[in-house]
Amino acid sequence: MNKTHRVPSNRSLSTVEVKSKFGAEFRRFSLERSKPGRFDEFYGLLQHVHHIPNVELLVGYADVHGDLLPINNDDNYHKAISTASPLLRLFLQRKEEADYTFGTNSLTRKKNTVLSAVLLRPDATRKKPPVIISLPRDFRPVSSIIDVDILPETHRRVRLYKHGQEKPLGFYIRDGSSVRVTPQGLEKVPGIFISRMVPGGLAESTGLLAVNDEVLEVNGIEVVGKSLDQVTDMMIANSHNLIITVKPANQRNNVVRGGGGGGGGGTASGSSGRSSDSGASYYGYSSHGGVGAAAPAPSHIIQNFPVGELESEEEDDEDLVIEVGGEAESAGRDPADYGMPSLPRYEPHLNLRTPSALSVNGAALASGSSGPPNRAAEMRSLEEDGTVITL
Amino acid sequence: ICGFSWSSFVSRVNLSLSLLQTVEHGFPHQPSALAFDPKLELMAIGTKSGAIKVYGSPGVEFTGLHADTTAVTQIHFLPGQGRLLSLLDDNTLHLWELVAGSCRCVEDRCMCPHPLHPHPPHPPALLLSATRVTVLLLMRSGDLLCVGTEGGGVYFLELPRLSLKESQTLLQDQIIQRRVLPDDYRCGKSLGPVESLQEHPQRPGKLLIGYSRGLVVLWESTSRRVEQLFLGKQQLESLVWERSGNLFVSSHNDGGYSVWAVTTGNNVIHQPVSSTIPYGPFPCKAINKILWRTTQTGSPVVLYSGGMPRASYGDRHCLTIQQDKEHVTLDFTSRVIDFFTVHGVEQDEGRQFDEPSAVVVLLEEELVVMDLRTPGWPSLPTPYLAPLHSSAITCSFHVSGVPPKLWERLANAGRAHWPICGGKNLAPPPKNQELLLTGHEDGTVRFWDASGVALTPLYKLSTANVFHTDCDPSDDPQDPSDDPDMQQEEEWPPFRKVGCFDPYSDDPRLAIQKISLCKYSNKLVVAGTAGQVIVLGLSDERSAHPVDVSVVDLLQDREGFTWKGHDRLEPRLKPASFPPGFQPLVLVQCVPPASVTAVALHAEWNLISFGTSHGFGLFDYHRRNAVLARCTLHPNDSLAMEGPLSRVKSLKKSLRQSFRRIRKSRVSGKKRPVATPTSKEANAALAEQEDVAPIQRRIEPRSADDSLSGVVRCLCFADTFLRDGTHHGATLWAGTNSGSVYAYALEVPGVGSGRACERGAGEGGVCVEAVLGKEIQLMHRAPVVSICVLDGRGKPLPDPYEASQDLAIAPDMANAHSVLIASEEQVFSLPKVSAKTKFKLTAHEGCRVRRVALVAFGSVAQEDYCEHTLVCLTNLGDMHLFSIPGLRPQVRYDCIRKEDISGIASCVFTKNGQGFYLISPSEYERFSLSAKTLTEPLCSVQLDRPLHATPARSG
Repeated sequence: MNKTHRVPSNRSLSTVEVKSKFGAEFRRFSLERSKPGRFDEFYGLLQHVHHIPNVELLVGYADVHGDLLPINNDDNYHKAISTASPLLRLFLQRKEEADYTFGTNSLTRKKNTVLSAVLLRPDATRKKPPVIISLPRDFRPVSSIIDVDILPETHRRVRLYKHGQEKPLGFYIRDGSSVRVTPQGLEKVPGIFISRMVPGGLAESTGLLAVNDEVLEVNGIEVVGKSLDQVTDMMIANSHNLIITVKPANQRNNVVRGGGGGGGGGTASGSSGRSSDSGASYYGYSSHGGVGAAAPAPSHIIQNFPVGELESEEEDDEDLVIEVGGEAESAGRDPADYGMPSLPRYEPHLNLRTPSALSVNGAALASGSSGPPNRAAEMRSLEEDGTVITL
Repeated sequence: ICGFSWSSFVSRVNLSLSLLQTVEHGFPHQPSALAFDPKLELMAIGTKSGAIKVYGSPGVEFTGLHADTTAVTQIHFLPGQGRLLSLLDDNTLHLWELVAGSCRCVEDRCMCPHPLHPHPPHPPALLLSATRVTVLLLMRSGDLLCVGTEGGGVYFLELPRLSLKESQTLLQDQIIQRRVLPDDYRCGKSLGPVESLQEHPQRPGKLLIGYSRGLVVLWESTSRRVEQLFLGKQQLESLVWERSGNLFVSSHNDGGYSVWAVTTGNNVIHQPVSSTIPYGPFPCKAINKILWRTTQTGSPVVLYSGGMPRASYGDRHCLTIQQDKEHVTLDFTSRVIDFFTVHGVEQDEGRQFDEPSAVVVLLEEELVVMDLRTPGWPSLPTPYLAPLHSSAITCSFHVSGVPPKLWERLANAGRAHWPICGGKNLAPPPKNQELLLTGHEDGTVRFWDASGVALTPLYKLSTANVFHTDCDPSDDPQDPSDDPDMQQEEEWPPFRKVGCFDPYSDDPRLAIQKISLCKYSNKLVVAGTAGQVIVLGLSDERSAHPVDVSVVDLLQDREGFTWKGHDRLEPRLKPASFPPGFQPLVLVQCVPPASVTAVALHAEWNLISFGTSHGFGLFDYHRRNAVLARCTLHPNDSLAMEGPLSRVKSLKKSLRQSFRRIRKSRVSGKKRPVATPTSKEANAALAEQEDVAPIQRRIEPRSADDSLSGVVRCLCFADTFLRDGTHHGATLWAGTNSGSVYAYALEVPGVGSGRACERGAGEGGVCVEAVLGKEIQLMHRAPVVSICVLDGRGKPLPDPYEASQDLAIAPDMANAHSVLIASEEQVFSLPKVSAKTKFKLTAHEGCRVRRVALVAFGSVAQEDYCEHTLVCLTNLGDMHLFSIPGLRPQVRYDCIRKEDISGIASCVFTKNGQGFYLISPSEYERFSLSAKTLTEPLCSVQLDRPLHATPARSG
């Protein structure tokens, strides 16, 4: 939504003039505006023109507003090309000594760029310190409030994303009792409550859950009548994509329905109870298919937000299957079947840890993320056959 | 989800699934009372939890449960009537009867309590007297019950109404006021509680009343007068008549017993005929109960419990049997509750002697029966009530449909005659012989006949003699009756160790952890706590041979890892002599010697596989070589499993358990009043509760860093498609605690050559080879509880030999196979391992899968129809049944209380829908999920009384 108003430049020059700066050196070249090619080709070209074939680069460009924005995938590359007017100014830096930060601090400041909005910036008008937009690898799917339109206003359904993070979920639950209104009057019923937040944990950092919130459902299953241990096990079993419906202890920050916002701000992070900004950014982000989400190198692939959107109940935990020493026949067949020619090769079976498992998923998705409709189809096929990777 | 279409609705109608708890096996937990009906030859045992169990000949069993769980302190049979009276710790009397002598006895309904005054639970008069009942005596006439109380009064109740006959009541004052009573009985204190009531064996109506302080009164109840007074000076414990009625014997607090003559004409008898303290002269403990049985040969058999010298043997649990010069002190490992002799019925005319045939001793932890007719008084093996927990059960394994050949060889133990043979077992002989194997803490494996209602011990295998242990291997715990050396010891008292309850383990490393038996090839694999895996074969002859030892390093190339747990067991250097039965062939020692957590046996391929917390291995026991060792530890975690089962810990644990067990058996006073917490205590407890922070649970996903993540949870052999869809072959599957599954393709020489297998495995060489085929990492990292391969029809693959010997329907190798992985269950199709079906039990119900079995349910309506179902026992103690391979939830039952962790952990399923779990350390509850296969008591008892139930009087 935020970005849609920023229409690509109408200047119909067939080529884009590129001025690329690496250190103190400049290179100039041009690109076909209509056929920009893919990002990795572009990346290779940059390395070529600067004669730095083995240097890992961070690529940034100055957009029309003067903000320094990253180029690290096909989407933002195409964006950069299409909005270049007419000069595309590139800033290259070695990955390990990156000192630029992407964002709005480069030339002029603009409040509502996509990336800054994603950060749930609490106070956009604050001048100092400048808002820092992290490097792409630091991006992660954010936890969110969902199903606002179908839940009672007193309840809140929170989705916590654990994927790909070292951060612990970071909360504890306890037994307790809550008061319900029944035809017979008020009645005390046992319930499950959030008892503690781990400082720095995911639950605390999202600000969507708070101590003494009553847990009503876990991934759509009511917890009424279940013991603390059962609810614990349910949450752990769903921990990769945990959706908790709570009745917040603090009912003042409830989402007010109506308007275009839809999403509610966090009770802890937001100073106001309602933040249409963050809500809008959430939808804008998802509709744009994860701008700047997936980086090419498998070491820090980040799962796209839309993955979560597309996930259905059954397919949210793809198990990793590795076929070892498979015959040539199947080795040749599988990639063809799954259309993932650019799959990175993985270390042998010993590294079956979460990161690599994730990276497999992520890679599969990244390779399919060349276009949104295409990806959906890809996802479908993955869902049906399971993620099979042949070594 | 793609999957199979599965006719679950049709099947459910046919199968009529139901959960029935059918019968309890083993020894009742915490028995507290014993009774015997010599007429019907039935034995009753009451427990502290208020249960009454009646046993006759094997297979005849009745169970009843009092409304409240109060300890049963006494039971008395109404001889020949099939009724019994129970006295509870709360001073209530209950009359029970075996209902509807029609043979069928539905569990729990076979006896119904008739507390004939249900509202005040006992007669009002007893309430008024406000004294506890100490002893009961059923008059031989059968219509009168004498009740002795703590206050010293004797009351008479009419049976079966249990109404008080006020006129008959004999209060202590009436005795004290007798002029003949010497003054020293009168001054100050009362005579004390009534300790014993015994009816004259020849003249009905005459009663011997023994008071605690020593006075014994012969009371004529019809004319209500004192016939004789016996002026005992010692604290009285018990009385017993001699058969003729000319003598009686009293046992005393000081460890002595006295014989009194009953002569007519003499009103007051001052001195006993004889008086002895058998284990004197030093102070002795009381003789709690004495029996005096006459024999044809002249000298009577005297049996008494207790009486041991206080200082030297005061802590022993003993029963002495004495006849003439013969004197045996049976030395038990647990407290003597009660005992009785099996002997001729009194009414039997023409018999002048008791001629006891056996003495039955109920101990706290087992039932011991000594044969009194055979010289030397050997002990008789019990066909039921066996102490399952003689050494703590550490694992169990069930085999159904045991081939008769194996059965005969196992049953060679032979069954001796059993003295308690009341009732008639009407159950048809079992169609299938079923075997239950239990592994124990002392390294033994016990084989039980689980085909019927009585769980009968068949055979005991000890693995301790494979190793060189601290204890001398020659004193391996063996049945003392087999071992003449142990029967007589030179010391005084002449102790003889009797019974097999022995909770002390010499070496906790010997404990059996996993068992697998191939019933066709008679190969057995047992694996234990110190990483020992023993392959045994059945042999009918004693043999002394060395056992091959092979060491398998499961850590492989892992460096920087040190095992800090217990050492491996040292194998014996010299060949040991192995008795007939299962004899060890090979010992495979895992290194590090961590406890074995999974085993699998494929006797057709001569392969065993075993897993520990570090990895798993594959061993060819035919060629005696290790084929494969695979480490499952997390690669970055060199500290993992340094030994959480370390020696210190496990020793500590086992010691603690032992002590707990002892304490448990010690704290069981006979007449302990029920402690009622005062309101003050309760308040204090409440306040304490409030202070304690509420229990919290941390919500974090499972991580691979957990030190237990590498534990191998299950292993499975299967002939299936691992590499591609056209060639099947031998495979090995392993699942770990952190959701990893490893699948290996095996090349087994000679296997597959005779089949439609084109791989030509035979030409590959002489060795078995294993090639890693697939690895699956389940995203949720939940422990893999079970792995099973299903054939093209969705049925589990048959056991080894079943297919090749036409004992089972050959598996469908034409259609694609699936593998069923139970963690939070899912089915994968083979060979391309892709998830087919999932049912996420934990995510839905919040329960974890503890035990999994594939069970074949037969149809009641259709003889040959049967269907396979996945049964999951969860940590909440409920059973979930799923269709396979569709994994549709079918039905759910609550089965075990969720607090009963040991019950859930001990659960074992049979292949036909039955199962066992421990309800106490000594008892298995048997249940059935299938209406077709039920094991329940089907028996009849011939009764004197009319067969209809006595109506309970209301009000």
